[in-house]
Amino acid sequence: MIAFILRRLAAGVVLVLVVTALTFFLVYAGGNDIAFRILGDGATPEAAAELAQRLGLDRPVPVQYWDWLTGAVSGDFGQSFFGPEQVGATLAIRIPVTLSLVAVSIVLTAVLGIVLGVSSARRGGTLDRATQVVSVVGFALPSYWIALVLVLTVALPFPRLFPATGYVAPDVSTTGWVLSIALPSIALTIGGVATIAQQVRGSMVDTLRLDYIRTLRSRGIPERAIVYRHALRNSAGPALTVLSLQFIGMLGGAIIIERVFALPGIGTLAATASLRGDIPVVMGVVAFAVFVVVVVNLLADITQGLLNPKVRVGS
Amino acid sequence: MTEPMVPISTVPTVERAGLWRRLIGRPVASISLAVLAIWVLLAVLSPWITPYSPDATSLDATNAAPNAVNWLGGDRSGRDILSRLIAGAGDALESTLIATAVAIAIGVTAGLVAGYYGRAIDSIASWVANILIALPGVIILIALYAAVGSSTRIAMVALGVLLAPNFFRLTRGLVIGVRNELYVDAARVSGLGDARIIGRHVLSAVRAPVIVQAAFAAGVAISLQAGLAFLGLSENNKASWGAMLQEGFANLYIAPLQIVWPGLALGIVVSALVLLGNALRDTLEGARPRPRRRGESGRLRRVIDPAEEGDDALLTLSGLSVAYPTRKGTTTVVDDVSLEVRRGEIVGLVGESGSGKTQTAFSVLGLLPEEAIVTSGVLTFRTRRPRSGTVRLLGRSVAYIPQEPMSNLDPTFTIGAQLMYGIRAATGRSRAQARREALALLERVGIPDPARTFASYPHQISGGMAQRVLIAGAVASDPELLIADEPTTALDVTVQAEILALLHGLQKERDMGVLLVTHNFGVVADLCDRVVVMRQGRVVETGTTIDVFQRPRAEYTKELLGAILDVDVVRERVDSEEGRVAAAESSAAGTKGAGSR
Repeated sequence: MIAFILRRLAAGVVLVLVVTALTFFLVYAGGNDIAFRILGDGATPEAAAELAQRLGLDRPVPVQYWDWLTGAVSGDFGQSFFGPEQVGATLAIRIPVTLSLVAVSIVLTAVLGIVLGVSSARRGGTLDRATQVVSVVGFALPSYWIALVLVLTVALPFPRLFPATGYVAPDVSTTGWVLSIALPSIALTIGGVATIAQQVRGSMVDTLRLDYIRTLRSRGIPERAIVYRHALRNSAGPALTVLSLQFIGMLGGAIIIERVFALPGIGTLAATASLRGDIPVVMGVVAFAVFVVVVVNLLADITQGLLNPKVRVGS
Repeated sequence: MTEPMVPISTVPTVERAGLWRRLIGRPVASISLAVLAIWVLLAVLSPWITPYSPDATSLDATNAAPNAVNWLGGDRSGRDILSRLIAGAGDALESTLIATAVAIAIGVTAGLVAGYYGRAIDSIASWVANILIALPGVIILIALYAAVGSSTRIAMVALGVLLAPNFFRLTRGLVIGVRNELYVDAARVSGLGDARIIGRHVLSAVRAPVIVQAAFAAGVAISLQAGLAFLGLSENNKASWGAMLQEGFANLYIAPLQIVWPGLALGIVVSALVLLGNALRDTLEGARPRPRRRGESGRLRRVIDPAEEGDDALLTLSGLSVAYPTRKGTTTVVDDVSLEVRRGEIVGLVGESGSGKTQTAFSVLGLLPEEAIVTSGVLTFRTRRPRSGTVRLLGRSVAYIPQEPMSNLDPTFTIGAQLMYGIRAATGRSRAQARREALALLERVGIPDPARTFASYPHQISGGMAQRVLIAGAVASDPELLIADEPTTALDVTVQAEILALLHGLQKERDMGVLLVTHNFGVVADLCDRVVVMRQGRVVETGTTIDVFQRPRAEYTKELLGAILDVDVVRERVDSEEGRVAAAESSAAGTKGAGSR
C-alpha cells in the first residue's frame, strides 16, 4: 500500500511540474509585451523595457520559472503586477471561500448520489426513471446556468432568506455561512448528484446480480447489510473515480458561480487577474488548482486501495 | 460544470442498417434533431435574418421590455435582443465547431495510432491524455486569456485540446478491440497496408461512438464558451450568448427578462445536444439493464411445521412451477416438480444444464432471481429447532453451497469477516464467539492453517480452499438441510473427491438432509441415497440410487447412464455400500495433506 501511495505521489509531483511549467511558459512567453499590457497602449518602448527589467521579465523564461518554482515551494508566489499584495497572501484569503463551497458540494453530491443511486437500483420504477431524466438534464446544463436560474427563482423573490450576493465566513456566523453558500452549492450539486446516482445505480444493478450476493443472502445476512456493506462497497470504485473527476469539474464550475453570487473566492480573483493581465496571480491560481487536482486524485486512489484489497495487499 | 468529464460510451457491435431509422423513431432524438437544425439554420443565416444589426443602438430600446419594434426588448445599450440572440447563435455554432473539430482531429488520430501500434506511442499518448483530463478546463482557459488576450477562436482550439482525451480514450479502446479481432488479422495477412486497414476496418467501428461523444463534447464547448464570456473573458462587444448573460446579469434588478433569453437559448441547445447524444448511444447499445422488480407472485408458499416424533421427513416440495417473463408472455422453466428430502439423506437432483434443477434448488432456498415468477407450489419444512419469534429458514435451518467457489466470496472482505457475518446473522453470537467458531469451522473443513486463511482475502486462496470456506460458511448455522449446487463442477479433478468426502463426512456427523444438484452420475453413485432426474423442467424419474442405476425406467435416464463411459464401474460402486464408505474415507484421509495447494 505504501509503495502504491508513493508511486501515486510521484505521479502527482510530475503533474504539478508539467502543468505549472507549461502554463508558465505560455503566460510569460510574451516578455516585453507583458510590460506593454501593464502600462497600456500609450507606453514608450523604453518604459516597457524598464518595467520588464524591474519585474525580471527580460530574463530567459526557464530561469524565471525556476525562480518561481523555488519560491512557490516555500509558499512565495511572487507579487501582483498591480499592487503591493503578495500572491500567496491573497490566495490564502481566497482559497477557503472556494474550497468550502466545493467541499460542501462534493459531500452533498456523494451522499445524495449514493442514496439516490442505491434506491433507484433496488426499487426501479418512477424513482429510477426520474433519476435518469434529471441526470441527463443535470449533465447537460452547466452549473452556472442552474445558479442563474436559482438567482432568478429563489434569491430575487426571497432576498432576506438567501442572499443573492456575498460570503460570510463560518467563524463569523455559521448560519450566515450556510445561507451564503446554500444556493451556490445547490447549483454545483444538482448536476453532480445525477451523474453519481447514475454511476452508482449502474454498478449496483450489476453487483446485486453477482453470485456472492446470492450466497450472502443464503446466510441470512440482513438485506440492509447486503446492500450497503457488500454491494455498495463493491460498486464504489467507478463511482469514486467519477466523484474525483467531478470535484475538479466543480472547481471549474465554482469559478463561474462565484461571479454569479459575488463570492470573494479564487474564481473572481482569477477572472479579474486574467482580464487585466496580472500574470503572477493567474499563475498562483493555476498552481493551486493543479495542487488540488493532485490531492483529490491521491485521496481517491487511497480510498480505492482501502476498498479493494487487490490493490492494497496484492496476491 | 462537468467539462471534460464526458461519459465514455463503449459500443460492442454496431448494426448500421436501420440505425438512423431507429434513432428518428425516438421522440427525444427527433425533437433534439429538429432543435439543432433550427439552431444551425439560424446560425448560418444570421448575417441576413437579424431584424436589426446586432450592434446598432437605439435610445428608445434601452432596457426596453418586449414590444412591437424589439420583439424581445432591448439591452442596456439599446441594442435589439432578438438580433443579438440570433447573432449569438452563429457565434455559438462557430465556437462549438472549432472545439469539437479540434478535439476529434487530435483525439481520434492519436487514439487510432496509439491503439493500432501500441507500445511506446501508446504509453506516451495515454500519459498525456491522463494529464489533460485531470486539468480544470476553466482555469486553464482563464490562464490562456491572460497569455494571449481575447480570442474566442484560440480559446476554442485550446478547449478542443482539453476535450481531445475523451475521444482518444474512446478511439483507443475501440481500436484495441478491433485490432484483436480476426478480420483485421485476415486483412493483414492478405497484404493490406496499415493505413488501409485503419481506414477500412477500424474507422468504421469507431465512427458511431465518436459521433455520440461529439454531441456531448459540443454541449460542453458551448457551455464553457458562454461561461467564459459570462466572466467577461470574451471579445469586446461581440454578440454572444455568454456576453448577453453577463450584460443581463448586471441588469438583473432592472430588467430580469434580459438574462432569460440567452439563458433559454443556451439551455435548449445544450440539452438538445446531450439528449441527442444519449438517444444515439441508447440506440447503439440497446436497452440498458433494468433493475429487477420483485413480483408479488414471485414467492413460494412455505409451511414450517415442527418435526413429529419418529418421522424423519424434512423437506417436501410439491407442485413447484417457475416461469420467467419474456417478450411474448412467460416461459416455464420448472413445471410441476415435486420432491422430498428426508433427514440424514442425500438426494441427487440430476439433469443436463437447462433442465431446471438449479432453478428448483433456488426455489427451495428462496433465492430465485427477482424476475422469476413462482406460479405454483408448496414447500413444507419440518424443523426440530425450537420455534421462537419469526421462523426463518434461510441462513438457519437451510444452507447453500454454490457451484463456483471464487465468484461466491465477496472480494472486498477477508474470509474471516465473511464467515463471522454469517455466524452472527444466524446465531446472534458475540464477535469473539463468532471468531472462535469460524476458526473451528475452518479447521473442521480441512484447511491447514485456519488463522492464516481467516485473515486472507478471497483472491489469495485457491479454488479448492475457497470451496472449503464456502462449505464452512454453509454449515456455520448448523442447518438441517443443505442444498449444494454442483459443488465440485468448477474444481480440479483431484480436489473434487476431497470436497465430496468432506460433504459426506459433515452430512453424517450432523445428520443433515442434503439436496445435491449435479449433472454427474459418478457423484450420484458415490454419495446419493436417492435420485431425482429432471429434464426440460419436469421430473422424469425418482427412486433410490440403486434402483435408478440398475433399472432405469425413463428413456432419458437410460440415455444419460449410457453416456457415462465407465458405467460398469459406477454400477459396481453403487452395488457395494461398503465400498462407497471406504472410498469416501480413503479420500478423506488424503484431504489433509493435499488441501494446502
